[in-house]
Amino acid sequence: MSPLLQGIATILIGVGGCVGYFYGANLLLDRVIFPPRGRDPGANISRANAVRPWLFLAPAMAALGLYLVYPVVGSFWRSLYNRDGGTFIGPGNYTDLAADPAFRTAVFNNLLWVLVVPAASTFIGLVAAQLTDRIRWGNIAKSIIFMPMAISFVGASLIWKFVYANEADIGLLNAIRAALGFDDPLDVIQIPFWNNFFLMAILIWIQTGFAMVILSAALRGIPDETIEAAILDGANPLQIFFRIMVPQITGTILVVWTTITILVLKVFDIVYTMTGGNFGTQILPSYMMSYMFKDDGRATAVAFVIMLIVLPVMVWNIVQARKEMR
Amino acid sequence: MPGHAGRKSGLVWAVHLSVAALVLLWLLPTVGLLVSSFRDRDQISASGWWEAPLPVEQTYRVRTDPGAAVERDGRVILSGNVFDSEDSAGAGRVTGFGVTGRAPAEFAPGESAGLRGGGRLTVARDGSFTAEAEAPFGRRGPTIYFEAETPPKVTLDNYRMVLGADGMDRAFINTLTVTIPATVIPILIAAFAAYALAWMEFPGRGLLIAAVVGLLVVPLQLALVPLLRLHETVGIGQSFMGIWFAHTGFGLPLAVYLLRNYMAGLPRDIIESAKVDGATDFQVFTRIVLPLSFPALASFAIFQFLWTWNDLLVAKVFLPAASETKVMTVKIADDLLGSRGGDWGILAAAAFISMAVPLAVFFALQRYLVRGLLAGSVK
Repeated sequence: MSPLLQGIATILIGVGGCVGYFYGANLLLDRVIFPPRGRDPGANISRANAVRPWLFLAPAMAALGLYLVYPVVGSFWRSLYNRDGGTFIGPGNYTDLAADPAFRTAVFNNLLWVLVVPAASTFIGLVAAQLTDRIRWGNIAKSIIFMPMAISFVGASLIWKFVYANEADIGLLNAIRAALGFDDPLDVIQIPFWNNFFLMAILIWIQTGFAMVILSAALRGIPDETIEAAILDGANPLQIFFRIMVPQITGTILVVWTTITILVLKVFDIVYTMTGGNFGTQILPSYMMSYMFKDDGRATAVAFVIMLIVLPVMVWNIVQARKEMR
Repeated sequence: MPGHAGRKSGLVWAVHLSVAALVLLWLLPTVGLLVSSFRDRDQISASGWWEAPLPVEQTYRVRTDPGAAVERDGRVILSGNVFDSEDSAGAGRVTGFGVTGRAPAEFAPGESAGLRGGGRLTVARDGSFTAEAEAPFGRRGPTIYFEAETPPKVTLDNYRMVLGADGMDRAFINTLTVTIPATVIPILIAAFAAYALAWMEFPGRGLLIAAVVGLLVVPLQLALVPLLRLHETVGIGQSFMGIWFAHTGFGLPLAVYLLRNYMAGLPRDIIESAKVDGATDFQVFTRIVLPLSFPALASFAIFQFLWTWNDLLVAKVFLPAASETKVMTVKIADDLLGSRGGDWGILAAAAFISMAVPLAVFFALQRYLVRGLLAGSVK
């Protein structure tokens, strides 16, 4: 069977199965297990209603448990074993990692990514939101800045390969350099340390649109009175923006910031496509992929390190969500 | 404000200019790729894409055929046109020629150059050349180097090449195969869960919502090894089935979170009056909540679609490495960048084939995407 047919069959089976499950389980609950009959129909109805939420939740909980909760434990457990999982070596993988200079480079670079990318995306997004909101063709501008959201990281990397290319006849950057009178083309991907920033530029390019869209909505939510009052008090546009508007949307800025931070911690495509982790550009996710399929113990240990870095963000997210629900 | 008119308009100009600069910065890289994908491979390396509408100066080398030489007045004369050769076919204008590879444009068209083996060579602007010598040219004719201006070529060759020989057509179908089930199934599962979390009373609800928010953050990387091993134990292994499950699992937290936020914001009286009228939860969900949640459902569908279409990591791990199951991102990152790293036209065409569908979806459904984003993150 061709994969496409298989896919269509899966949709039918999957969707049919889901609908069938929900419908059937409900029917079963209402008609067979706790029918509203017998000695005490009221009690049966309330019993059925106590079970029903779990019926609705069951598939999602099973999938979440299996694909996201179990791996946290499973990965940690696996990281205590050697390469092929045969021998328990305790924290051996972690001490090996700590001793590996490549791992330290990856951690350092990852920190750079986490510091630079969310900050830059949020800041440029905020500025773009404020600027595009004030002009007539702002919506078109927004669409264009938002567009990279639809492009894969691999595609975006390719796009930027054309900008960074070493030859002045292909790379836009080197063409500009040549136009300014520099003779030697510069391979920006190979400049130690700074090449990290050229890779980050790609992710910033992708993520700015996301920040812009959300922040622009938040900016529009600011009551006009506060801004009018500031204008009457003689504040200039910059003061209005940074002292009046930005403080009122701090909450949204933080949400955007954390969302992009999480993304940065998961992304590996850009480094993988652009440099393959060479020239000192390794980050943890790409470092992990270099051990994937080769050394499960090492790979899971790196994954767990990533998890540890994400943990504070996770706690912050949960605290924030609980605050909102109250 | 009177009295500030001049300053104000200056500021407006500054705003227009900075937005224009931003837009240019965001658009130019992509335009470069698009233009390159339609250019001839030799022209790509000869001039930048920003010069694509201009003729390209390229250097060629042509071997002449000594068999075509004729003898006249005791001299051997060999004539022809440099553009007749296969490498340099196509109309053009000679801008310079030479007899050594080191100085391929030493002489202007119409000038006469001394050949190394004796004799003289002239190449005219239109490409016709004459070489004459005292003695026959021997087994090999003189080699002519020349520089010519070739008019810009717009070609679909790159696309033809990528779709045919490089197997992107197969990868395209594979990507579709991965994406569609992985988009449809999580929506259904998540919608029921979101309804339960938004509108049903049961102990532990707050805890479950917090758990979903926490799971939004779990790095995919953790899941790779344990689940791949699990899939192998269960017998799924690396397969389409496996990647559907994986994408479903990984997409669920966002789906549940977005949909719950949206559903919780629906007006309470509609749902309560339906319940008073005797509707069961199942009916309330399918008849009222689901249709009302369409914007959120659409938004998540777009998200999940873009995410699965553009994914590289999950596909690399959960699909077999064989070329008949590769999706486009893997194909580009692993095959094309490796073997065709310098073939810019092919790479550009491949990238555009992989971008076409998500870009179309994005521009068609942008409104829903934005609405969903806002429902999920701005309070």
